[in-house]
Amino acid sequence: MNIKTIVFGVYPYIALTVFIIGSWLRFDHAQYTWKTDSTQLLSKANMVLASNFFHVGILSIFLGHFAGLVLPHGLWLALGISDMQHQWVAIIAGAVFGTMCLLGGVMLWMRRMFNRRIAVTGRRMDKFILTWLMLTLLLGLATIPVSIGHANHGDPAVMLALSDWVKSILTLQPEPALLDNVDPVFRAHLFFGMTVFLLFPFTRLVHVLSAPFGYLMRSYQVVRTKRRLA
Amino acid sequence: MSHFLDRLKFFKAQDSFSNGHGVVTNEDRSWEDAYRNRWRHDKVVRSTHGVNCTGGCSWKIFVKNGLVAFEMQQTDYPRTRDDLPNHEPRGCQRGASYSWYLYSPHRIKHPMIRARLLDLYRAERKSGKDPVEAWSAIQADEAKRLKYVGVRGLGGFVRTSWDEVTEIIAAANVYTIKKWGPDRIYGFSPIPAMSMISYAAGSRYLSLIGAPCGSFYDWYCDLPAASPQTWGEQTDVPEAADWYNSTYLIITGANLPMTRTPDAHFATEVRYKGTKVVSMAPDYAEYVKFADLWMPVKQGTDAAAFLAMGHVALKEFHINRQDPYFQEYARKYTDMPMQVLLRKHGEGYVTDRNLRASDFVGNLGESNNPDWKTVVFDSKTKSFVAPNGSIGFRWGEDGKWNLLERAGAGQAEIQAELSCIEQRDEVASVGFPHFTPGEAELLYRNVPVRKLKLASGEDAFVASVFDLQVAQYGIDRGLGGGNVAKSYDDAKVAYTPAWAAKVTGVKAADIERTGREFADNASKTKGKSMVIMGAAINHWYHNDLSYRSIMNLLHMCGCVGQTGGGWAHYVGQEKLRPQAGWAPIAFAGDWNRPPRQQNSTSYWYFHTDQWRYETVDADALLSPAGRNRNKGDTLADYNVKATRMGWLPSAPHFNRNPLDLVAEAEKAGATDEAGISRYVVEQLKANKLDVAFADPDNPVNWPRNLIVWRSNLIGTSAKGHEYFLKHLLGAQNGVMQEGGAGKNCKEVKWHEEGPTGKLDLMVDINFRLNSTGAYSDIILPTATWYEKNDLNTTDMHPFVHPLGEAVTPGWESKSDWQIFKRLAKAFSGLAAKHLGTRKDLVALPMQHDSAQELAQPLGEVKDWKKGECEPIPGKTMSILKVVERDFGQTYNKYIALGPLLTKLGNNVKGIDWNTEQEYKELASLNRTVSEPGVSFGMPSLEEDIAVCDSVMRLAPETNGEVAHKSWSALSKKTGIDHHHLYAGRHEDKITFRDIVAQPRKIITAPTWSGIESETVSYTAGYTNIHEHIPFRTLTGRAHFYQDHEWFLDFGEGFCTFKPPVDLKAHEVIPDSVKKKPHLTLSWITPHSKWGIHSSYQDNLRMLTLFRGGPYVWVSEDDAKSVGIEDNDWVEAINANGATMARAVVSQRVPRGMALMYHAQEKNVNVPGSPSSGKRGGILNSVTRVVVKPTNMVGGYAQLAYGFNYYGTVGCNRDEQVVLHKVADQDIDWLERPLTPEREAQRNPKGIGKK
Repeated sequence: MNIKTIVFGVYPYIALTVFIIGSWLRFDHAQYTWKTDSTQLLSKANMVLASNFFHVGILSIFLGHFAGLVLPHGLWLALGISDMQHQWVAIIAGAVFGTMCLLGGVMLWMRRMFNRRIAVTGRRMDKFILTWLMLTLLLGLATIPVSIGHANHGDPAVMLALSDWVKSILTLQPEPALLDNVDPVFRAHLFFGMTVFLLFPFTRLVHVLSAPFGYLMRSYQVVRTKRRLA
Repeated sequence: MSHFLDRLKFFKAQDSFSNGHGVVTNEDRSWEDAYRNRWRHDKVVRSTHGVNCTGGCSWKIFVKNGLVAFEMQQTDYPRTRDDLPNHEPRGCQRGASYSWYLYSPHRIKHPMIRARLLDLYRAERKSGKDPVEAWSAIQADEAKRLKYVGVRGLGGFVRTSWDEVTEIIAAANVYTIKKWGPDRIYGFSPIPAMSMISYAAGSRYLSLIGAPCGSFYDWYCDLPAASPQTWGEQTDVPEAADWYNSTYLIITGANLPMTRTPDAHFATEVRYKGTKVVSMAPDYAEYVKFADLWMPVKQGTDAAAFLAMGHVALKEFHINRQDPYFQEYARKYTDMPMQVLLRKHGEGYVTDRNLRASDFVGNLGESNNPDWKTVVFDSKTKSFVAPNGSIGFRWGEDGKWNLLERAGAGQAEIQAELSCIEQRDEVASVGFPHFTPGEAELLYRNVPVRKLKLASGEDAFVASVFDLQVAQYGIDRGLGGGNVAKSYDDAKVAYTPAWAAKVTGVKAADIERTGREFADNASKTKGKSMVIMGAAINHWYHNDLSYRSIMNLLHMCGCVGQTGGGWAHYVGQEKLRPQAGWAPIAFAGDWNRPPRQQNSTSYWYFHTDQWRYETVDADALLSPAGRNRNKGDTLADYNVKATRMGWLPSAPHFNRNPLDLVAEAEKAGATDEAGISRYVVEQLKANKLDVAFADPDNPVNWPRNLIVWRSNLIGTSAKGHEYFLKHLLGAQNGVMQEGGAGKNCKEVKWHEEGPTGKLDLMVDINFRLNSTGAYSDIILPTATWYEKNDLNTTDMHPFVHPLGEAVTPGWESKSDWQIFKRLAKAFSGLAAKHLGTRKDLVALPMQHDSAQELAQPLGEVKDWKKGECEPIPGKTMSILKVVERDFGQTYNKYIALGPLLTKLGNNVKGIDWNTEQEYKELASLNRTVSEPGVSFGMPSLEEDIAVCDSVMRLAPETNGEVAHKSWSALSKKTGIDHHHLYAGRHEDKITFRDIVAQPRKIITAPTWSGIESETVSYTAGYTNIHEHIPFRTLTGRAHFYQDHEWFLDFGEGFCTFKPPVDLKAHEVIPDSVKKKPHLTLSWITPHSKWGIHSSYQDNLRMLTLFRGGPYVWVSEDDAKSVGIEDNDWVEAINANGATMARAVVSQRVPRGMALMYHAQEKNVNVPGSPSSGKRGGILNSVTRVVVKPTNMVGGYAQLAYGFNYYGTVGCNRDEQVVLHKVADQDIDWLERPLTPEREAQRNPKGIGKK
């Protein structure tokens, strides 16, 4: 088993397992730690810009990745979107939202590192995970020129290979060899990305899982039944 | 159950209702347990807050997992009478927030010491020196000393161990005693009643080693000097429940809902019975809310309003008609029938001293103390008689010291005549001094007089106090002459309502109606008219006059001593109920007597060098009617004279080590106390020795060690805060002037350069880091109020209850009793080697409630220094006592109840009794000391609870048998049987475990003038009126008139109105401020809603309720005129210093006043002051204390010294400041490292060259 097999055939499962089990355990056993750890009370300067850029950017990127990598390839073809169109949409949206996320992210990073009140109050993990996200983002942005090269040559192969690799992982039939021919920058981005999942349960990122979408749909009045207390 | 799985279930089928607008979910509710667990607890312990708030509220302290979780009001007080509301629930928002402190960042967790001092000390110790030598080496080297003294207040603390820190303090104490004398060590701790055992811990240690404890009541300016002047009583007031018995209430200067929060309900409830409430306050204070009438009196002019009310009451109820109840009361219980000699002056006469038995041939049949027996005219026998009860009957004889209407000689029944107007011999024109600017200084009025021949052969005119008092109020009696009012509308004649309206700004009609209603109500109810008063009117320079104006009104209406009536003066938590049992333990009277006790106001006035900056000219205060033999003296000169004449104490006493003084005397041949005394007198006469206050800036006389516990001296009560920092501590300070007026002193030596940094060592014992700790050299961690066992009582209710150890003291902290025990141990070890046994000379002033109060007859002042008399200890100068101290046995003495309690017994207020039985009981209750030493086998005082029980076993208030003994002693003195007062509780003995179970009501004791009964509430003066026990004054009655020479010099024989004094500090401000828009405002510092003194104000929970830092209230119009908006930063500045705060712009405050709540200190959110360049100050940064000569008088009946009883008071309300806005961008938080330049710049720039 070579290093590539381990990183792209085994590591994804380790990351996903830690992500799922770790999050579950934390949710069950450390409810009071399940929070955003917002520091806006200590410093609000530029937070409207920074936070919104960062969050809109990163959520859009996440949705983009989900659409391109997880949803079935056939779906897009059935909708009449060609591979090349798909690729250009990915490149443009990735560039726009990536830049947005980068802008907001850099502002947040500067604040976390150099605003005295935030730097002193925050945990080491907060600094680490933000740095890690930014590196992942930079690597992701670094793939854009490569993708543009591919797109200019009308070659969707790499995009499809990446998508197939994700599906191979999700269907529990890992094919790390699919990544043999992609540019190393993609592989680096993948490794950093997977590690985000690995780190996820140990960071403030868990707040993502508690996005209160329920509020959008819930009834005007909520009544809880009385039942035996745990 | 898994929260995660539960969440999944959340999406499952749910019932809905209201057409889907509502939904019933089945979601997990276990998160609710968080809120339930917040209030879950393992045990509940009773405690309270030792914070000098007078609440004295019993609290439940809830403990969970060994930590205090929260507190809640106790509700198990014994009930009151059927027709009275109960005392509970007691407690307010401040007490409820206390538990925050225990685990807060403010908590002192370990012994802390200034790092620079520790380094110096360790270096000396390392070089082989023993602790005392090490300390001595540091003190001998000025550079080393400056190294740590100069950075006081600038942080730099490090942790140390208990062993090391007690060794350093002990070494400093031993060194100081040896080199300078024990009276160069000073202890300051206030208000024993709030935690008696903690107070007693420090005072016992200090008293054993011969160090003086400082008074606090007078220093806080809470002592109403008028009370000792009028009644010979420090202070005695009704319990809060008695407000409910009143039918007419005037409230002035006491903000009941704010400062008497747990008791305010009595004042609101009584309104439902129809009681009228009149409030007097310059601002719309909280208590104004529930008044029927608000009289917005200009600050500092209350006396004028009350004198005018007195004018109305006197005229309508004593002159126009003679109310029988009022007249009988005046005759029996006041000095109104007492005769006063007139002295020729100017175009007529002025009042002089009271007539005495000794003025008559044959002394009116009195052989004992005829100089001290005042005289009335008996309308039955138509002759002058000396009636029972005057102070001459108190000492040297028994059975006639009472207020029965009898002549002393022969005990025939008499009726004292109030006025001789019908039988007058003549009408004399008597001049009354008057001090209102723009009006005549001496007002001549016609007074009916009698003529008599004195024993000296001279003819004299005498008049009754009543006739003089009526004239002094400007009431027209149809005797002709000027300066009397034809009507109330006559604004030209002093003390009419129209005149008072001019001075106070209150409507004349309101003053007139209130005066009439107050008297009418008292007439109909036999005295149920009450005035509730407090600090806001007592903190002025002439506070005694304000108070006397109220007492006059109360006495002419027969209110004092009647339940529901009288004065109700509330300030600090003064009522130390088991005082008689506590005092011998607290001042080590079980081992040595007497202890050293010092009046703090004079002490700080001299030692912080505030006298060097004095702006008040004493001559300007003098009366045109006085003899004024001290003309030209400064206020400081008066104080030095008072000390020399044995009126006031002085610490240090002499400019020589008192241990050395005895040694020298013995070397010169003295063998006993009398011989030593003779030697000292010779030294004084030869000018080789003098009192220390005559040269306070000489290093020989500096205070050297200061121990502060249970107090925030520097951050709260230091009037003249910046002078403390500059001269006493040598720290960064904001004194904005050079000073120099002290140069004019004749009795005080002037040094061109004012010394800085007098203290070698300052120790603070505290549970939180406040400003006092910040300026100390050492901070010791003490147990909080939830971590120790102690006792607590208050004026406001009659119960004694405990502070309880809910949890063990946190981190390395200890209870104060254990801290001083440990210190005593460390001290003993070093003292045995360096001090051994020495004889100490204690000089103490003539004491009130002892025969010494008869030292100086007739109120004539004789100064031995001027050659007017010989210096005779105990007569014309201090009493000199030799006390032998075996310093090495200090610890052994500290831990045991000493033998003097069986040899000399115990006493209070001039009554003595035997305590052998209680001593025996304590030996079995608390066991005996097993350590070898002088105290082996004596009752143990090792543990806090044993000390509590000892106090209660020895006190009449908590032990019925002691009540019995003390009442028996008093009955003998008065000749009246008082035993019925406590009879039902003769067998009661209250123990610590009893009060832990439930607060217990105290037993009636002769210590106090009220009684505990099922029929009346506790009220002051009750036993004087109903048991005929004399007031402890010259005449034995309540005094309208003061006949001491100094009172007459200053025109205060009768109560008169004097406006606030001009301290001129606001005239000295920097040009930068002068150029800006600014306001000149009086500086008013009432108590806060979000703190009790400085406590709680730095507590996160309280900070959250208001501005989160210092603030000062100004009126809308004033603010607008100089561009100040709400919440702007402002600086208050004058010559004394500067302070920073946020402006609260409010309609509540009238123009001309800046109102900064009391005791906002500088530990939270205080920036630098742009003018001083130093951290923005505290409320007292802009004040300076000024002493009043009449408060120094001693050796004369009720005007004799007692600790916290009489003496100069630390007034601070006459001050004015300049207020101006500081722009946000100019705020400097001074968050910079300490540089050598900054360290060297201890004064504001440009100050301190002299």
